[in-house]
Amino acid sequence: MTETPAVAAPAETTRKFNIDTVEHAAKTPDTELPWAELGLKQNEFDEVVKVLGRRPTGAELAMYSVMWSEHCSYKSSKNHLRQFGDKVTEEMKKDMLVGIGENAGVTNLGDGWAVTFKIESHNSPSFVEPYQGAATGIGGIVRDIISMGARPVAVMDPLRFGAIDHPDTARVMHGAVAGIGGYGNSLGLPNIGGEMVFDSVYQGNPLVNALAVGVMRHEDIRLANASGKGNKVVLFGARTGGDGIGGASVLASESFDDTKPSKRPAVQVGDPFAEKVLIECCLELFKGSLVEGIQDLGAAGISCATSELASNGDGGMEVELTSVLLRDPTLTPGEILMSESQERMMAVVTPENIAAFEAVMDKWAVEYSWLGEVTDTGRLIITWEGDVIVDVDPRTVAHDGPVYDRPYARPEWQDAVQADSFTGSVQDTGRPSAPADLAAAITELVASPNMCDKSWITKQYDRYVGGNTAMAFPDDAGVVRVDEETGLGVALATDANGRYTYLDPYHGAQLALAEAYRNVATSGAVPMAVSDCLNFGSPEDPDVMWQLAEAIRGLSDACMVLGIPVTGGNVSLYNQTGTTPIHPSPVVAVLGKFDDVARRTPSGWKEDGQAIYLLGTTAAELDGSEWSNMRGHLGGLPPKVDLEAERELGQILINASRDGMVDSAHDLSEGGLAAALVESSLRYGVGARIALQDVLDRDGVDLFTALFSETQGRAVVAVPRSEEIRFTDMCTARGFAHVRIGVVDAEGGTLEINGVETMNLDALREAHEATLPKYFG
Amino acid sequence: MTELPLIGEAVAVAAHPRLAGAKIGVVTFPGTLDDRDAARAVRLAGATPVELWHAGTTLGDVDAVVIPGGFSYGDYLRAGAIARFAPLMSKIIDAANSDAKLPVLGICNGFQILTESHLLPGSMIKNDHLKFMCRDQVLRVENNTTAWTGDYAAGQEITVPLKNQDGQYIADEKTLDALEAEGRVVFRYVGFNPNGSRRDIAGISNAAGNVVGLMPHPEHAVEAGFGPELGSGTEGLGFFTSVLNKIVGDNK
Repeated sequence: MTETPAVAAPAETTRKFNIDTVEHAAKTPDTELPWAELGLKQNEFDEVVKVLGRRPTGAELAMYSVMWSEHCSYKSSKNHLRQFGDKVTEEMKKDMLVGIGENAGVTNLGDGWAVTFKIESHNSPSFVEPYQGAATGIGGIVRDIISMGARPVAVMDPLRFGAIDHPDTARVMHGAVAGIGGYGNSLGLPNIGGEMVFDSVYQGNPLVNALAVGVMRHEDIRLANASGKGNKVVLFGARTGGDGIGGASVLASESFDDTKPSKRPAVQVGDPFAEKVLIECCLELFKGSLVEGIQDLGAAGISCATSELASNGDGGMEVELTSVLLRDPTLTPGEILMSESQERMMAVVTPENIAAFEAVMDKWAVEYSWLGEVTDTGRLIITWEGDVIVDVDPRTVAHDGPVYDRPYARPEWQDAVQADSFTGSVQDTGRPSAPADLAAAITELVASPNMCDKSWITKQYDRYVGGNTAMAFPDDAGVVRVDEETGLGVALATDANGRYTYLDPYHGAQLALAEAYRNVATSGAVPMAVSDCLNFGSPEDPDVMWQLAEAIRGLSDACMVLGIPVTGGNVSLYNQTGTTPIHPSPVVAVLGKFDDVARRTPSGWKEDGQAIYLLGTTAAELDGSEWSNMRGHLGGLPPKVDLEAERELGQILINASRDGMVDSAHDLSEGGLAAALVESSLRYGVGARIALQDVLDRDGVDLFTALFSETQGRAVVAVPRSEEIRFTDMCTARGFAHVRIGVVDAEGGTLEINGVETMNLDALREAHEATLPKYFG
Repeated sequence: MTELPLIGEAVAVAAHPRLAGAKIGVVTFPGTLDDRDAARAVRLAGATPVELWHAGTTLGDVDAVVIPGGFSYGDYLRAGAIARFAPLMSKIIDAANSDAKLPVLGICNGFQILTESHLLPGSMIKNDHLKFMCRDQVLRVENNTTAWTGDYAAGQEITVPLKNQDGQYIADEKTLDALEAEGRVVFRYVGFNPNGSRRDIAGISNAAGNVVGLMPHPEHAVEAGFGPELGSGTEGLGFFTSVLNKIVGDNK
């Protein structure tokens, strides 16, 4: 035999995979692709084919499927979310340096300082694997903040779990809290607040939301775009592994062999040490102005980072995928593109800065690899050993995904629910009125799962690190100093009430905003900006879609009235078990500003003899309240929203803080006045003597209603004697209802309320603090 | 990048000129978290903080060293076990053991690093309740003759934050007896032992008293309003003024 046997090209002999190149795809239009397994719908796959003018390669399919997912493309909510950008006045834009659409919005704080903050969900991973799910939730939101050029300075964690006594709740609670602590504590970021709600609607869908806030000088703001032809694209941080790949495994048909690890976690695994190093390393890059654009790798990993950087910049990028450093060498191109391995960043660096960039990487012992460069072709080209496996217009991947006008309609059951008021219901029988019964009711309230002391959770978080925490839980807002010289700082609060939003999504979302706004103002800060995490069920259910549409409409309308813009956020859909969705839960975070954090107002009173005032009027609003929840009722209409009153109350609290007129202030929300009085007393272990007759006479309510109603726009404050006239004059001048309801009593060790049996603070504290340890050890 | 105000550069302190001349090194390992807080504490005490990088091979002309808290190298192996082998640590160990007896303070992870370095005896294991714990902790100053406690009264009780996962101090009975006998138990937990530490020990010193380690965080109790709510909130500042007075006294 003289004939030489046919030999494959050398490159191919060393390959571990059959590579589906663009050239091959063009020649094989009829190849069956697993688009349905990757979550694409027929119309979406057809759209991909149309956009490309041919069938996608396996790698392209991986990118489109993950970038066009609900999570990345907001395809069901986009049409509604536009309202956050549209309902904005010039006045609201004044301090917005970067708006919606970037990794996080940026707000001007003055003195050359800027602040960026964002809230995000990590719900389903936290149900599957609570520790890692919650940990990487913190990791992801912190990287969003770094991507903006900011130093992260604090985190918060609004949490919603199933019923406190359900056997699975402890698993999720222990894991999520330990994960948030384990990750956040290791980053050196104080945890300054959050929420904790137990409700059986969250049993199979706990909500683990995470907020991060960062600060920077104006000149340090960085955006996610790849500009400048010839600039280099670099991937740095942790190596890329097989975690969080999810659906990409169906592309395993690319693989020649079946020797790869078969069991891979669907939930990403976090390494907080890697993230801490990444934070410091990025800040050093920013300090040296060594990167032109930067993007963190979160959902959709390299697919997202390359397509977003390219489409936000000059429009083109060329990347060699085999340059990616791998933890698992068996990963296929599609898997590499979809991997959600944590603690990775992508940056664009000019050729002149390469050496300096590498020096920073070496100093922090961070691994990096140069993947390619920016082009001006308008194409994102990804190669595998030189062969083109992706050739797309990056905009079609990152921005021009499908957008749906999902059908929505007011649920048929909504009227019946709203008609079912707590007052007069079966559950409302035996409403307490005798002094002993009222005292027992108050004790029961403050020991209930949602109102009890949360320090079982918060003592697992570092609130001191950084040395700038001026206030944290259990006060109404977390407060962090930004500038040590001037005391300039920020306040943050997050709130949501799923029950209110279930009863009326439009107003429920507004109530969440109103409460967060009130919390920030109560601390003494001027509210400036909003970030929201919209946790809902399936958008394919018209009932849920209506809830979402109504909540967004309500929230955006309310932002206009309060004059504070939404600067970013996140939508989490499909939070449902079977066909049962969670309560619609728009978690709203409000950021406020302090000229000097020394003026912050804590939520508890200390000084004997100070006058206690109740601001605002009280109506009979028990529907959706904690009291009705404790009695197992959910129906009727949530408390009325009065945003003008919230604004006025906010102004009073801010002025009072700035001018030193109040020593403590606590907003009234869940649990009403009863909860606020107990919390303000227990804050520093200082009691009070309260008489509510003037409130009852003025507002025409009974004592039970005065204590347990959840009427909005109210707060209790403690006013030093010397400031009383000035304070009441201010309220009078503003026409805001205020009534003196009692005095601080530092001697008695009790909370006395006329008509209620005197409550011993030690006993109240014991009831308040015993609940979480009882269930969680 | 204007990073400096965040680490307290802008805080003006009318320090005694002799104190301001004193230089206190603050070591940063990958994973160190409280280095900027320690630097702030040094500054508020009136001295000049000097950044020391773990990979460095010289201490320069620092008069004392603080090894702050955090999770050096992630503490994935055993708290402080890897940091102990950093190039700078061998310099610190030599200087601490030298005739000059360089004052060294290890806080939290720094304390763990000092025990791993054998500058201090014993070791830290996971808290007895197995959880991370953050709280305002009352300590009693049992020995006010070390380099870092001279400004406190013997028996004085101070409140500083405590926050750790692996804070349970253990040593064999013989070592514990020796520490007690030699007055090297410098701090004890009062009222509540937050981690199961043997004999309520919160901090100890070496025989010469120049090396002190403790789990609680005095650097988080140096500025009113940004530290513990109990007490003045600044009861940790004494650590840093103590060492300054010692340095200045020695140089007289």
